[in-house]
Amino acid sequence: MELVVTDLACARGGVPVLEGVGFTLAAGQALMLRGPNGIGKTTLLRTLAGLQPPLAGTVSAPPESIAYAAHADGLKATLTVTENLTFWARIFGQTDIAPALEAFDLADLAGRPAQNLSAGQKRRLGLARLLVTGRPIWMLDEPTVSLDAASVAQFGHAVARHLAQGGAALIATHIDLGFEAGVLDVTAFRARPRRIDSFDEAFA
Amino acid sequence: MIALLLRDLRLAIRAGGGFGLGLAFFLIVVVLVPFGVGSDRALLAAIAPGILWVGALLACLLSLDRIFALDHEDGSLDLLATAPIPLEGVVAMKAAAHWVTTGLPLTLAAPGLGLLLNLPAAGYGWLAASLALGTPALSMIGSFGAALTVGLKRGGLLLSLLVLPLYVPTLIFGAEAVARGIDGRDTGTPLLMLTAITLAAMALLPFAAAAAIRINLR
Repeated sequence: MELVVTDLACARGGVPVLEGVGFTLAAGQALMLRGPNGIGKTTLLRTLAGLQPPLAGTVSAPPESIAYAAHADGLKATLTVTENLTFWARIFGQTDIAPALEAFDLADLAGRPAQNLSAGQKRRLGLARLLVTGRPIWMLDEPTVSLDAASVAQFGHAVARHLAQGGAALIATHIDLGFEAGVLDVTAFRARPRRIDSFDEAFA
Repeated sequence: MIALLLRDLRLAIRAGGGFGLGLAFFLIVVVLVPFGVGSDRALLAAIAPGILWVGALLACLLSLDRIFALDHEDGSLDLLATAPIPLEGVVAMKAAAHWVTTGLPLTLAAPGLGLLLNLPAAGYGWLAASLALGTPALSMIGSFGAALTVGLKRGGLLLSLLVLPLYVPTLIFGAEAVARGIDGRDTGTPLLMLTAITLAAMALLPFAAAAAIRINLR
């Protein structure tokens, strides 16, 4: 179980944002993506998760090993916490949601519709979804947004436990999560501005 | 994939889920037409097959933009695209859920509403049969249109313009089957064409819709 990224270039809205990105993430490791807003952390994560094709380079990971979590949690407002989580568990072929509820302290909220949760509680439910995917490589985009200090610590524990069980995590975040992790500053891979040769195929 | 179908059905019947929207619209159209055209029973009987089919088609159109737009807004579509089930399967399940919440109730309600339009007695069976065969195509074609417009804000207008021309053959053969049934003529050809459209849509469009979603997610 290893994620190997070599010489990856990715674009957002047709504009190259990052190029030459390369790193290796082995089982049990976590890597923090750093860099200023707009540098392309989200684009990089979406590319690695397979939601958009890379401009160049390769991503090699075992098939169906990546669990992706973005700013939106994929929750349905009229479904309860249990129903939301059970749905994602079944989509990923799992059945047991109790450990996920436990890990993010959601057991007391289990019967409540997601629309009645606070922003932080929704976030915790969105992160609990990672546990029911059963996938080893977590790709998280700003996972701690709207979490309080206690929940951030809870999340840190969950990631640390995941790493101890042989998982890996790639996290775009600006805060310290309280476990051992490498840091990758993507500013170094900013795509150089260059002349775009084929700007309009109709008039080329 | 069954989990996705069940979730969509559950969402549809919860508050604000849109179940009954199409049915209510269909009811309104069918109730208003006799007020608009007058109470001439022969005229109503003549236009009933067409009005019922047009009403069902527009009712189906009404809820199309919800198929993928809601999942796109709350991030579910991104997560489904990275899930182990193929996106083609997601599209097929979404279309199936749309049919169960729209096409199926319309099919069941149409014979009752035919009464309001003085639909001749011979037409009820053919109306139900043609809607049962034709509405799955409406849901499937509509899902394809919804997939094409999924990233657009207020894509509803574009969606209608894209989908309506594709709905025309279904409408023609559907209404024709009912009209022929009423006249006692052979309904085999229009019903076969209707079935062919539905089967072709179910076989081909999940792939086209999944490709459109992949591009729109970039």
